[in-house]
Amino acid sequence: MTATTATTPGSARSIPSRPSRAGTSFLRHTAVLTLRQLRAAVRVPAFVVMNLVQPLIWLLLFGQLFTSVVEIPGFTGGADYLEFLTPGIVVMMALFGSAWAGTSFIEDMNRGVMDRLLTSPTHRGALMVASLLYQAVLTFVQTLIVLGVAWLLGARFDGGIAGVLVLLAAAMLLTASFSALSNAAALLARDQNILIGLSQLITIPLMFLSSALMDTSLSADWVEDVAAFNPFEWAVVAGREALLSADPDWASVWAHLGYLAVFALVLGWLATRAFRSYQRSA
Amino acid sequence: MPIATPGLALEARDLVKRYPQGRRKPPVTALDGLSFGVEEGTVFGLLGPNGAGKSTTVKILATLSAADSGDAFVAGFDVRGRAADVRRSIGFVAQKQVSDPMDTGLENLVLAGQLHGMGTRDARSRAADLLDRFGLAAAARRQVKTYSGGMARKLDVAIGLMHRPSVLFLDEPTTGLDPEARAEMWAEIERMAADERTTVLLTTHYLEEADRLASRLAIVANGRVVTEGAPEELKAALRGDAIVLELLEAADVEGALALIERSTVFRDVVREGRTVRARTDEGAQSLPLALALLDAERIRVASATVARPSLDDVYLAHTGHSFSSAHRHGGATNATTDDPATSEERAA
Repeated sequence: MTATTATTPGSARSIPSRPSRAGTSFLRHTAVLTLRQLRAAVRVPAFVVMNLVQPLIWLLLFGQLFTSVVEIPGFTGGADYLEFLTPGIVVMMALFGSAWAGTSFIEDMNRGVMDRLLTSPTHRGALMVASLLYQAVLTFVQTLIVLGVAWLLGARFDGGIAGVLVLLAAAMLLTASFSALSNAAALLARDQNILIGLSQLITIPLMFLSSALMDTSLSADWVEDVAAFNPFEWAVVAGREALLSADPDWASVWAHLGYLAVFALVLGWLATRAFRSYQRSA
Repeated sequence: MPIATPGLALEARDLVKRYPQGRRKPPVTALDGLSFGVEEGTVFGLLGPNGAGKSTTVKILATLSAADSGDAFVAGFDVRGRAADVRRSIGFVAQKQVSDPMDTGLENLVLAGQLHGMGTRDARSRAADLLDRFGLAAAARRQVKTYSGGMARKLDVAIGLMHRPSVLFLDEPTTGLDPEARAEMWAEIERMAADERTTVLLTTHYLEEADRLASRLAIVANGRVVTEGAPEELKAALRGDAIVLELLEAADVEGALALIERSTVFRDVVREGRTVRARTDEGAQSLPLALALLDAERIRVASATVARPSLDDVYLAHTGHSFSSAHRHGGATNATTDDPATSEERAA
């Protein structure tokens, strides 16, 4: 009779002996899936480097091109344009990089990897969060490189370590938000072209409706008004205030980081729901 | 609440699935009341051309997709209400590669084990066993993108087996493999089915694959099971041998068809292009008779063969057209509203 019991439906053989709680499986799945993506990035570092080329060119070019911007009457961003520009470039790099986050999902969908993961006990939230974490780690590394280059070019940051940490947090939260958006677009459209559209249609306007390159108090009033609701601007404001000021307005910094955190949570949650839509049409 | 039938590891009852085609177009019916059951520990084949509904069936049973109506049970669990239990019980080898080409074979296996709740040490030792058994031990630490098609497919099956599932789905495991790799894969699947005591649902559009691997099979056409049984039973039920006459002139086909049909020795006479097929009790004796009948009317024959019943004949008898022509048709279909091939290709 042992043979019959061994093949009883739902017997111990088919179920892991220690059924883990949903919470611990979420954390463990997030960890192993993030490591999977990091392994790939370490094997092909070209991808990480490629995303750095454009921001560094902008930093070098704009830093030289617009040095006299700071002399415009009414410019409130300090006395050195390179220093003013650096946090803007970091946040821009985070935004541009995260627009492509959905590429990994598209690759997994084009293969059978996504279907295999979705037919296993893999936590949907962990699939999403692992991707956001991985993108945030890339942003972390790239931010330190951009800051290093800016320092070599002569920029000095009065905010010190605390300022660098706030800029990192702001850039990583923005990365998580827009990576979630990119992943959701990937799950809904299953097409790499939609990500190209996303990066063209969303990132450029967000960047110019902000103070990343220019003090918005010198722009048309509506630009400043719109920028107040722009998550990209929240990251620029928090990062620049903390990085450049020896005595930052912490209330403003924390408020903007808070907006970003809420924005990332909401987008992350919505993007996780997109798995249902993907499966409905499977 | 519907209840699973005891003793069956897989069960589909009247599954219906329609894919919307967008506005003003009628939905495409991929499954149209499909039913079958698979006993525990057996290999069951779902055989049919592209677009017959095989992949849709697998996706519903594996909780990837949901049926519009009907019930499905896997390892005793309802796929609707107990999806989490189903997912713990199954291994899923999709039609497309399920491994990550950037990871090594070992990393792929360990990750699959970890996602199924195995400890890292357990996962590593199970992965080493599987790599050994599938002859991939030497390539364990190489990235999968360097693997040949046959090696990658074996790794896919190993990934599906990592957590010792009670049910394994193999969706067209040998499509795209060269004959040598296919033969090797067949041997692996046979060995695995014996060793692991796993119930396997194999979908294939290769008749010889179903014949060799499956202890029972269902032939699927247009979203329904048209016949089901052990391969030998299905062939035996046909009574007799098949004769196939290929004519030189297409214009002669009508005449030849009439001649053969008139004779009481032959039955199930059908035409297909320049070919006339029929069934007869003693093929070796009846073939000269058929040739004599045609020769008397000056109908020239390009080739004449006699064969023991094959699954192709089973397919022909149940669907009215031969498997290879159905397959060509299914594979080449474009966006017509009444063919489920389109929806399944889109969904794949």
